[in-house]
Amino acid sequence: MTHINIASLEVGQVIGTSEFLLTRDSLVRYAGASGDFNPIHYRDDFAQSVGLDGVLAHGMLTMGAAVQVAVDWVGDAGKVIDYGVRFTKPVFVDAKDGAVLVVTGKIGEIDAENGEVRVDLTATFNETAVLGKAQARVRL
Amino acid sequence: MVNPNVQGKKYPATNPYLVGREKIREFAHAVKSTNPINLDVFAAQAAGYNDVVAPPTFAVVIQERSLATVLNDPEADIDFSRVVHGDQRFIHARPIVAGDELVSVLEVASVKTLGAHSMVTFETKIFAEGDELVCTAISTLVVRGGE
Repeated sequence: MTHINIASLEVGQVIGTSEFLLTRDSLVRYAGASGDFNPIHYRDDFAQSVGLDGVLAHGMLTMGAAVQVAVDWVGDAGKVIDYGVRFTKPVFVDAKDGAVLVVTGKIGEIDAENGEVRVDLTATFNETAVLGKAQARVRL
Repeated sequence: MVNPNVQGKKYPATNPYLVGREKIREFAHAVKSTNPINLDVFAAQAAGYNDVVAPPTFAVVIQERSLATVLNDPEADIDFSRVVHGDQRFIHARPIVAGDELVSVLEVASVKTLGAHSMVTFETKIFAEGDELVCTAISTLVVRGGE
């Protein structure tokens, strides 16, 4: 059980917004934690050699940070039972300034019978959406 | 070009992966979680779990172990330097908790060709001891064709 009363929720309701500062340090930390050491995530020269403008964040880091908005709302990471995204745009991470990811969660669907809610997440970088169809099903 | 004949191919179960408490904390910090259930054993136990709970995307670590087998399979013929992550989904039967010993079994769900590009969808089933299904991870990789 959580503190959220499903009967009080409405589709379209905003459940939270967070900003995440992704720096090169964040990328190195994620590389180590996840085991994804693709050099496009920490070497400008390598990123440019494969035709990218520069180092970009791991899509899985963007996905992992975005869902925190739903986790913070429900209060328990174990309540997110189904989570999917499409990776639509890269997040370029400036060596000095990093990149700011802005994530907003809204109620997309309410399944009162099963006590489940679908949270629709939007994640933007430089005012452009970087995830598509980012949906987290949460058990209340 | 990815070999379309690997559609339906199943890869053998990976060696067991023991989920460590500090690994969960490390991963949770990396994805910018501040949720006590990920970080604090007492908070996790108060919520009914045996130990700290992994963030919802932690299963990617297990999925990667299966994917590595496919990327090294000459029959699949996937050029990793041309791979872009297209989409990802994790369906959890239950959360992953520190102390779990997990194996994964990967199946190539589909191989599609779009012009010079290929789209390969993998379905990785992650099991705890006793063949308990914990998570199904579905991942689509886009393999860019040559210039």
